[in-house]
This record gives sequence, structure tokens and C-alpha cells, in this order.
Amino acid sequence: MDLEAAKVIGAGLAAIGVGAAATGVGNVFGSFLQGALRNPAAADGQQGRLFIGFAAAELLGLISFAVAMIILYAV
Amino acid sequence: MSVAHTSSAAEVKIDPMHQFQIDTIFGADGSPFAFTNSSLWMLIVLAIIYVFMMGGMKRELVPGRWQVAVEGVTKFISDMVQSNIGPEGRKYTPWVFTIFMFILVSNLLGMMPFGIVPGVHPFTVTSQFTVTGLLAIISFSIVLIVGFWKHGLHFFSLFVPAGAPFVLKLLIVPIEFVSFLVRPFSLALRLFVAMIAGHILIKVFGYFIVQGINAGGMGYGISALSFVFIAGVGALELLVCCIQAYVFALLTSLYINDAVNLH
Repeated sequence: MDLEAAKVIGAGLAAIGVGAAATGVGNVFGSFLQGALRNPAAADGQQGRLFIGFAAAELLGLISFAVAMIILYAV
Repeated sequence: MSVAHTSSAAEVKIDPMHQFQIDTIFGADGSPFAFTNSSLWMLIVLAIIYVFMMGGMKRELVPGRWQVAVEGVTKFISDMVQSNIGPEGRKYTPWVFTIFMFILVSNLLGMMPFGIVPGVHPFTVTSQFTVTGLLAIISFSIVLIVGFWKHGLHFFSLFVPAGAPFVLKLLIVPIEFVSFLVRPFSLALRLFVAMIAGHILIKVFGYFIVQGINAGGMGYGISALSFVFIAGVGALELLVCCIQAYVFALLTSLYINDAVNLH
């Protein structure tokens, strides 16, 4: 296979991880909303934890984006 | 990547990485002390923060709008630090506030459409790994220094979960150790990649607008769609700018909490 073609395919495969992280982030906020609507009084106190979960889920997607960019531009 | 179309319009090459290039403004090229566009935009960020803070620190008895804005930001950060670290957290509020303001203003400044003025080009300070890495290393150093200062070698008990059986501890302690060491890296990477990703996305669709207009015919429709898309993504990016600044400050205060209170 041509190296250029292999690079583009590899970057595309790495970008799948971004979609997976989108599922994760959606899950974090969705679950938070479910909990918050059942007990609105407790929701405000848990916003810090919400964003910790968001940050952890988002980081993995961003890493796969960085891998795709490294494959495309740096290798 | 050559698109097969028969239009005679000039091909515009998509180059989304150009906006992150560091140019020397004055000083020797390549020297570590050269004054670059990154330094210039850092100074602009500091000037904006200075003006913002000084405008609201007049201590009027009946606060005006400006003072309410400044007090809102300070209260937001000091409440966050208090609730995460506890009463001992007051000492660390200045550092958390500093990184929050610096990251927030430089993120937002990088999103501003200064590009419509020819020759002016906004530079996002936080899109460089060296800058975010340095901020993360300073935060991490505070954690290490405070941890060893307050607890001595007892600080290592951070890696040992209380009440876990011995066999499980053999497994958990190395994992906790690695996840502790990765903290500054993940802190810096998150901010830097989030900024880079948004800017690349906007830039690529900006090129689509130009290419669509050059192609003519159906291209105008694609340009219009891209423009609507950019407007939406721009709004999302403004949200991401604020969330990333908040997450950086929040995680810093959580890590400091680990060092101060050990669980």
C-alpha cells in the first residue's frame, strides 16, 4: 500500500475514538440529567463531579484526535 | 489530495495548521528569548485581565455592573476552591484564580474574529503544548511541594486505598501511582488539544467557503451551508473555551485537595 494512503486510512481509524468519546460525554451529561431531574435539590452540589466525569471522558477522545493529527502531519 | 473538478477556478490549498505557527516579531530568529506573536498575545491577555480586574476593584459601596462582574468571577473561583479543599483552601485561591483567568481570556481572545482586519491574526496562546504544559507543571509542583511539606513521606499513602485487602493493594497501588504521574500530562493535553481541534475545524470549513465560492454554481450552496456550520461550531467553541478553563481550575483544586487532605 502507498504510504500516503496508509497514513490517511490510519488517521481515519484513529478518528473513530472521537466518536466513541462523544458517546461517553453524552452518557455523562445524560446520566447527570436523569439524576438531577429526580432530585433537583441535590443537583447543584454535584456539578463539580459532573465536570470531572466530562473531563475524563473527553480526554480520551482528544487523545485519539491528537493521534490522528500526529499520523497526518507529524509522521 | 486533488479534487477532480473541471472548474478553472484557482485551487485553494487547505492549510489549517498555519494559524498555530510562531513568528518572531523582534529578536534573533530561533533564539529562546525572541519576542514572538505568542509573547505578544500573552501580553495582550495580561493587559485585558489587568484592565478587567482594576476596573472592578474600586470598592464602591453600591457596586456597579463592572464590580459585580469581577466579584462574580472571584466568588465563583473562591467558592469552588472552598468546596473542594475546605477551609485550608483559601491559600491556594490566588493560583487557581490566576490560571482560570489566564486560560479563559486567552481561549476567548483566540476565538475573536480579528482576522477581518487585514494583517491582524489572533493567536491562541493556549494552543501551544509548551504553554499549557508549563501551567500544568506549576500546578503539579504545587501539589508535590505542598504534599511533601505537610505530610513528609506519609504523602505516599495517597496511593494506598484504606481498607482494601492486601492482594488488591498490590494491584491498585501501581495503577494509582501511574495515574498520579500522568496528571500533569493529561491536564496540559486536554486544554491544548481542545483548542487545536476547534480552531482546525473552523479553519477547514472556512476554506470550504472560499473553495465553494471559487467553484461557483452548486458551490455557493456548499459555502452557505459551511457558513451556517461555522456559526454553530463557533458558538460551541465559545462554550468549550469556558468549560476548558473551568475544568483546568477544577482539576487543579482537586489535585491540591489530594495533597492537603490526603483523601
